[in-house]
Amino acid sequence: MSYITKSPWIIHYDGSSCNGCDIEVLACLTPMYDVERFGIINTGNPKHADIFLITGSINEQNISVVKQIYEQMPEPKVVAAVGICATSGGIFKECYNIMGGVDTVIPVDVYIPGCAARPEAIIDGVVAALGALDEKKKALDARPKISDTAADSAMGAASDDSVDGAPPEPPEDPILPGDDVEVKYYGAASEDEEAESAADGSGGGQEEGSAGDSGKEEA
Amino acid sequence: MAKRTVIPFGPQHPVLPEPIHLDLVIEDETVVEAIPSIGFIHRGLEKLVEKNEWPEMVYVIERVCGICSFGHGWGYCKSVEGNLGVTVPLRAEYLRTIWHELGRIHSHLLWLGLLADAFGFESLFMHSWRLREKVLDMFEETTGGRVIFSVCKVGGVRKDVSDEKLAEISAELNGMIPELKELTDVFIEDMSVKNRLTGVGVLSKEEVTELCAVGPVARASGVASDVRLDGHGAYAELGFEPCVEQDGDSMARCKVRIKELFQSIELIEKAAKSIPEGDIDVKVKGNPSGEFVGRMEQPRGEAYYYSKGNGSKFLERIRVRTPTNANIPALVKMLQGCDLADVPVLVLTIDPCISCTER
Amino acid sequence: MAERKDLIQDIQPVEASELLGAVADAKTAGYRLGQACATKVDGGIEVLYSLEKDEVLKNLKVSLGDNDPELQSISGIYWAAFIYENEMHDLFGITFKNLALDFGGHFFKIASETPWNPVNKRSGAADSAADGGGEVASSVAGEGDGGDGDGREKIVNLEKNDKETPAKADEKGGEE
Repeated sequence: MSYITKSPWIIHYDGSSCNGCDIEVLACLTPMYDVERFGIINTGNPKHADIFLITGSINEQNISVVKQIYEQMPEPKVVAAVGICATSGGIFKECYNIMGGVDTVIPVDVYIPGCAARPEAIIDGVVAALGALDEKKKALDARPKISDTAADSAMGAASDDSVDGAPPEPPEDPILPGDDVEVKYYGAASEDEEAESAADGSGGGQEEGSAGDSGKEEA
Repeated sequence: MAKRTVIPFGPQHPVLPEPIHLDLVIEDETVVEAIPSIGFIHRGLEKLVEKNEWPEMVYVIERVCGICSFGHGWGYCKSVEGNLGVTVPLRAEYLRTIWHELGRIHSHLLWLGLLADAFGFESLFMHSWRLREKVLDMFEETTGGRVIFSVCKVGGVRKDVSDEKLAEISAELNGMIPELKELTDVFIEDMSVKNRLTGVGVLSKEEVTELCAVGPVARASGVASDVRLDGHGAYAELGFEPCVEQDGDSMARCKVRIKELFQSIELIEKAAKSIPEGDIDVKVKGNPSGEFVGRMEQPRGEAYYYSKGNGSKFLERIRVRTPTNANIPALVKMLQGCDLADVPVLVLTIDPCISCTER
Repeated sequence: MAERKDLIQDIQPVEASELLGAVADAKTAGYRLGQACATKVDGGIEVLYSLEKDEVLKNLKVSLGDNDPELQSISGIYWAAFIYENEMHDLFGITFKNLALDFGGHFFKIASETPWNPVNKRSGAADSAADGGGEVASSVAGEGDGGDGDGREKIVNLEKNDKETPAKADEKGGEE
C-alpha cells in the first residue's frame, strides 16, 4: 500500500440530495463510526482531497460546481457516488430538474448504494475507493514523462473540454486518469485561485500556485 | 459612508453541508442587506405526483428531507387522509407521535452539533452527534431504517412496536437525560458560547409576527405558535404545551430547542405508558377528490401539506411548504446590521434545511 | 378524542380584484400568512393563500386564466409573501405586480422555464424584471442612484461569473 492510501482526505459535495446521505457522511466522522482513526479527514478544499464523495444527483445548477471541484483535485483522485441518487438519480430520476447520476458529468469509480446510504456502506465504499486510488497511483507512477508535444495537445484538449454554462452533454471526453491532464488543470488551477481561495481559505492555494508554475514551465 | 461590497456566501460554505446562497451587501464588517437565492438543489419532486400513484407518493415526500423525513411522510398522509375522510386508529396516531418526537430529538441534537461547529466548538459537536446515534439506533430497532424509514402510510403505520419495546425506548431516553443535561448545560452556561449567542440576531415578538416566522424561531421571541396544539396525533391526549422563550436572540432559539429535547423525551414517556391497544391501520377505499390543507410541526417549525385530488389514482397537486421557507424572511431581517463574522451562526439559528426549502 | 382543529377546512373563493382587500382584512383580524401556492388546473391556475390564526386556517383561492396570468402581490401587506410569489413566478409564470422583493425570475435556478405550466411561457424574464425590481435593485447597487436596472444586472452578473470563471481559466491555459 502506498502512502496516499494511508491517510486519504475527503471532500464532500451535496449535489441535490435530500440530506439523508449528507448527514450519514457526517455521521461517519463522529464518535460512533469515527473514520478519522483511519487517517481519513474531511476537508473543504478540493486541492487537498484525494476522494470526492458526492451525494445527490446532478442538476443544471450544480453541474459546473461538481466539474470544478473534480478538476481542482490533484491526481490520483477517485470519485465515490454516495446513495442511489448520486448513482442513478434514484427516486428523483424523473424530476424535471434532475439530469441523473454523477456519472453523467464526471467519471465515477465507486458506487455506494442505499437510500440513505448507511455509514457502514459509506466506509466500505471509501475503503473500496482506496483500492482504486492505489491503482491510479501506480498507473501514474508508471507513466512515461510528458513530452512537450503531448503537453501541448493536452492543452488543446483542455480548452475544448472547458466547463461552462452550456447545456449539459454526455461526458464523451471525461478526464480519465491515464490522460495527460495534469498540465491542464494545473494551468487552470492558478487562474482559478481567486474564486477558490474565497471559498476555501488560502492555505492550499499557495502550494498549488507553485505547482501551477511548474506545470506552465513544462508547457 | 463606507463603500458597499457584495460578498457571495455559498453555495459551498462553512456552515452546512448543504448549498445555500446569500448575497451579503456589506459596509466594512457590517452586513447591510442579505439577499437569498435558492435553487441549487431544486428537484421539482412535487411534480412527481403526476407519475406516482398517491399511495406511493409518500416515499417521494419522505425524501423532501432526510432529517425530518418521518414528519414529512406523516404530513403527507395526514393531508391525504383528510382528503379521503379517513380516521386513523389511535394506536397508529400514538406510534406516529412517538416516532415524530424521536425525530425531533435527533434533529435538535444534530442542530446543536452543527451550531457548536459553527462557533468553533468541535468537541461539543462530536458529543451532540454521539448522543444522536442512540436515537438513530432506536429508529433502526423499531423500523429498520436510520434516517429514512418509510413507516408511515395513508391510513396508519406499517409496523407495530410492542409495548415492551416502547417502555425500553422510553427508559433508554430517560437514561440519556444526565448526559444530555451535561451537554446542554455547556450551551447555556459556558461563557464562550454565551459570548457568541447572547444578544445576537434579536427578533422582537412584533417582528416575528410581521415576518410570519415559524417554529423555534417564533417561540424564542415569545410567540407560542405550535401546530401540535391543533389536536392531531396524540398531542391533545398527552397534554402538550409549547416551549417559549422571550429574549428573541440566538441564545433563546438555542434554549427553545434544548427545552424541546427534554419535552420530547417526556412526551415519548407519556405516550409509551398510555398507548392504547388496537389496530395500526385502516383499509383506505376510493381516491382523493377534494382539497385539504394540512399542517405539521416539524423540528424546524410549521410545515404545510396541500393536496388536491381529482378522483383518480394520481393527485392533481401536492404542495409542501417547509419551515425553512417561512423563516427565510426572518433570516434576511436578522442578518441586516449583523457582523460578517456572525453570519454562519445566524444562518444556523433558523435551523435551515435547504433540501426542504427547494424540494 | 380531542377536538381536531386541523380538520376544519375553510377554503373561500376570492376574485383577483378583491384579494388585496381580503388579505388586508385578515391581517387586521390577526391572521398570519402561512403559505401561498399555485395549482395548475384545466384552463387556468388556482392560487391558494393560507392564513392562520389560533391554529385554524383560512384559505383564499383565486382563479386565474392560462394566458399571461397576473395578480397583485400581497407582499405589501405580508412582506414574507415575496418568497412564495417569486416561487410561483418562476415555476408557474404568474406575474406579480408590486412585488416587494422581485428576483425577476432568478429565485429558482431551473433548466426549463415555468416547468409547472408549460402552456404559458413567460415573455422573457428580463422584461418582467425591468419593472418594479425596486428594493433589491437599489440596495445592491449600493449608492441608490444606480437605478432599477443595475441591481438586477448585478444579480444576473453574479450568476454569470460563476459559470464564466472556469471557462476563462481554461482559455488562458490554452493560450499559454
